Amino acid sequence: MKPPRQRVVVAVLWALLLTAPFWVGTLGGYTELATRVLVMALAAMALNFLLGFTGTLSFGHAAYFGLAGYGAGMTIKFLVPSTGLAMLVGVAVGTLSAMIIGALIVKLRGVYFAMVTIAFGQVFYFIAFRWNAVTGGDDGLTGWKRQPIDLLFTRIDILGNDRAFYYFVLFVFALCVIAMGLLLRSPFGRTLIAIRENERRSEFLGIPIEQHLWLSFVISCFFVSVAGTLYALLNNFIDPRALRWDQSGNFVIMAVLGGMRSFWGPLVGAAVFVVLQDYVSSQTENWMSFVGLVFVLVVLFFPRGVLGIIRRRLSA
Amino acid sequence: MTQLLLFNVFNGLIVGAFYALMALGLSLILNLSGVINFAHGGFLAIGAYIAYTIMPHVGFWGALVIAPVLTALLGLLVERFLIRRLYGRDPLYSLLLTFGLAYIIEDGTRFIWGAQSVPYAIPAGMSNALSSQFFFLTGYRLFMVGLVAAAVAALFLILNRTRLGMRIRAGTLDLETVSVLGVNVRILRNLNFGLGIYLAGLAGVLAAGMLGLQPTIGTSLIMPSFVAIIVGGLGSLPGTLLGGLLIGVVSGIATVFVPSATEAVMYIMMGLVLLVRPRGLLGEEGRVQ
Repeated sequence: MKPPRQRVVVAVLWALLLTAPFWVGTLGGYTELATRVLVMALAAMALNFLLGFTGTLSFGHAAYFGLAGYGAGMTIKFLVPSTGLAMLVGVAVGTLSAMIIGALIVKLRGVYFAMVTIAFGQVFYFIAFRWNAVTGGDDGLTGWKRQPIDLLFTRIDILGNDRAFYYFVLFVFALCVIAMGLLLRSPFGRTLIAIRENERRSEFLGIPIEQHLWLSFVISCFFVSVAGTLYALLNNFIDPRALRWDQSGNFVIMAVLGGMRSFWGPLVGAAVFVVLQDYVSSQTENWMSFVGLVFVLVVLFFPRGVLGIIRRRLSA
Repeated sequence: MTQLLLFNVFNGLIVGAFYALMALGLSLILNLSGVINFAHGGFLAIGAYIAYTIMPHVGFWGALVIAPVLTALLGLLVERFLIRRLYGRDPLYSLLLTFGLAYIIEDGTRFIWGAQSVPYAIPAGMSNALSSQFFFLTGYRLFMVGLVAAAVAALFLILNRTRLGMRIRAGTLDLETVSVLGVNVRILRNLNFGLGIYLAGLAGVLAAGMLGLQPTIGTSLIMPSFVAIIVGGLGSLPGTLLGGLLIGVVSGIATVFVPSATEAVMYIMMGLVLLVRPRGLLGEEGRVQ
């Protein structure tokens, strides 16, 4: 069982997320920004499933994020105008690619694993960039919009109503987060943490390491794909930059910034990062230097992340 | 057709030589210090822009000598004040740090020299074709191939014949023992980093004359360098060299038959190598970690 204080914090967190559209405005934000925080947070938490809880660094998660986004966008544009189906196709595309790439790389460890994931991320970037006729190339995939969702008795207008879309994203976010939480608490999740702590010992205990790594990689990419489809739906647009290496780097820095050893850390990191990026890019053209500076400062001064520091203060 | 193919193979060889030069520097740093230097492309750009800036004063040849040295000095400082703090920590942190540096360098060069490509002069006469039939054989291209070959030969001589080089190779295998034997590992890692950055700077000075000079020149060359290391074999410098040349030539050939797959083909090759031989073409057993 969780300690009572932590349960209160998590309850407050959900309450904040549930009421966000009603208070972001008063703080100078807007509903779409809150939605973007949720989408990025889901991606960063999905990455952290691998990074923080399996101890394996992937620097190419944007590939699956972007692929899923393209899958969703192209489904609506070329096949059927249905948001639900678009998400299904997008997630399937992202996850299938992760299954194939994952099988190629599970033999590698440490820096080499990271390097190969970086390199593989670029394949999809170049495909999206070069295959003009289908993907729209550098200009991105335009000319489609997310579609209202028809339930049995009613229709949810996620296209025209920003708040409705926010709650739709929050609903998906909640499902994914609960699923990840349950997975991490299951024997499977505990095994992943054991691998993170001591791979050799886990191996001697009879745990098939490569199978677990592969599965963890695929699960992580599955959730990142969900985030990718939401990202495309949010913007009604997707372009090759969504699957480039800098996007992968942003996911990693969000996880580290918030605290990669805590479940909720990436959410905090994503909130800080997205809001800062939104603010800085409206103020200056040199946002790249700014983001770079964030990377350097976080590594040098806050390697434990925001939640890591808070937790340390509380226990001291 | 034959001529087109020859042209693209030769072109691929030159581009591959740049990949190899970059990748050798990356490999040196990765093998000894376990750092993936994402800012390597940034250092390449810095080398090229320094050359561009001092060229009016010292000429092409002066710039060719001075610019890589200045870049290497900058590399020594970056290692001393930033990267050194991260040794012994999770490699994640040095990767993130150099990632941030790459951003800052690209934005910084754009701020100083502008986002447009700048005119980068190569010595007069060297851009003329040497033969009318093989129009692509310009003096500059041959010179680049020759110089890269000389640089690689010099690097292997340094690694095999000098005390510094032997210490670097020994440190790659077992840094702790090297340290116990009385070698100052801090200085060794510092010099090794500088050597890697020197190669990046040199590649920058040469590449700018062929590919044109704009702030993104570094980022466009770094990904293929990663691929070169993985294809060639993790931990093997000859493998890195081979990997760089190979992916250069293969993408050159791809340009002839499937122009839109020029970039994708090297990643496909990487996938195949990982499938058949995860440790890379010349990678040694047990060095996959």
